Amino acid sequence: MSEALGYRDLAAPRAASTESPLVAEATGVWDVSTRGLWKTFGPLAALRSVTLRVAPGERLAIIGPNGSGKSTLLRVLATLLRPSSGTALVGGLDVRRDAAQVRRYIGVVSHHTFLYRDLTSRENLEFYARLYRLADPSERALCQLGLVGLEKQRDTLARDLSRGMQQRLALARAFLHDPPVLLLDEPDTGLDQRWCAFLTELLDRAAHEGRTIVVTTHNLERSLDLSERVVVLNAGKVAFSARRGDLDVESLRENYARSTGVSF
Amino acid sequence: MATAFAVLAKDVRSELRARQAVSGSVVFGLLVVVIFNFAFDLEGEAGEAAGAGALWVAIVLAAMIGFNFIFAQEREQGGMEGLLLSSPDPSAIFFGKLAGALLFTVALEIVLFPAFALFAGVSLLSPGLPVLTLLGTIGFVTVGTLFSAMAVTSRSRELFLPLLLLPVAAPVLIAAAEGTRALIQDQPLGDLLPAISILGAFDVVFLALSPPLFQFVMEEMAS
Repeated sequence: MSEALGYRDLAAPRAASTESPLVAEATGVWDVSTRGLWKTFGPLAALRSVTLRVAPGERLAIIGPNGSGKSTLLRVLATLLRPSSGTALVGGLDVRRDAAQVRRYIGVVSHHTFLYRDLTSRENLEFYARLYRLADPSERALCQLGLVGLEKQRDTLARDLSRGMQQRLALARAFLHDPPVLLLDEPDTGLDQRWCAFLTELLDRAAHEGRTIVVTTHNLERSLDLSERVVVLNAGKVAFSARRGDLDVESLRENYARSTGVSF
Repeated sequence: MATAFAVLAKDVRSELRARQAVSGSVVFGLLVVVIFNFAFDLEGEAGEAAGAGALWVAIVLAAMIGFNFIFAQEREQGGMEGLLLSSPDPSAIFFGKLAGALLFTVALEIVLFPAFALFAGVSLLSPGLPVLTLLGTIGFVTVGTLFSAMAVTSRSRELFLPLLLLPVAAPVLIAAAEGTRALIQDQPLGDLLPAISILGAFDVVFLALSPPLFQFVMEEMAS
């Protein structure tokens, strides 16, 4: 697994915020931050003045009920939605102004898998490797298939893969270009317990290598497994934030219920 | 160039497996040619003019079905967003999609031209035909590729594409039909010059405009 991930140029996480892409590239310091971020769809405000910072190498889990703005926040950070107001920065790059540059440095798992159903697993990864202009796309694709345990399915069409296998392939695609920042929207969708454990291990290792990770999930217990800090979004606002070390499942449940009005 | 080729190879490979774009548009195009043949008398001078128009209408309508299939795969599972996130060069993506659409449309024409000649009882064996057809095809396929990308995220995409494409591609249709009529009527190749000039100018303008517009369309998806 480590060979496939190997973001070789990442320096150890540092506390300093980055001011420009050149600084981020040179130091390997990739933080993610938003300040007063709003996203509206007509009269509906999906994000309401969201301010948060994910330190370089930190794993942040965002949880919240349906419609709380989790996916919208991730899509704004991934440059797939434009903020209505406020700022969102990835490694010091503005997602609105520097969108093309931001895209080079992020790996995204979305509700869509971005896979082509009439291409095989290997062909899908090779295609994206070519778009990213990676050296030796075939080798890279095979390496990533090994990472997510899909070597035997390398010549299987994406449409014939199970939902869980498609999700693993989507994860392999997100890691394909060794991005220093990972934006993962419910990456555990369709994964069974074994592969959920694998996902936890994968993100542990990615964070250890200095990658900055923002992940959303509906599963409170898993949010603690996947992150070092948990943020609860409710109605587009940050309603609660705490470090994993200060939480256990019960206290997270209580705070989640208090913040959202939804109890388990 | 490598990105454009990757997109082209992906579209060709998908089509070879799914067999939807070419087969769907060829069957539809043949149906239109057959219906026109029975609906109108394509013989005589007036018939030949109508026949040339009918042929190009059949090509454009059938090609639109192909465009929908080619871009459908970018709609499923967020393909357009995947392209946007992965490629630093939207123009290269445009040229890759354009090359695929051109390839599929030429395959369609390879079937439709002989079928039309057979039904209408005319000869299309003129050295001017490949030039005229290529210029006409590049013109409406370029515009079709751009508008298909615009339509891909629209809920009314099946309506959106013909409503946009047909008015804009009208000069191509008219010039190509006029040139084809001249060829059917065995007129000297010099008589093709006005049609070829219009098609050439259209191609140059839209080949220059479409890549930046395509980039704009892709960025606007993130709004």
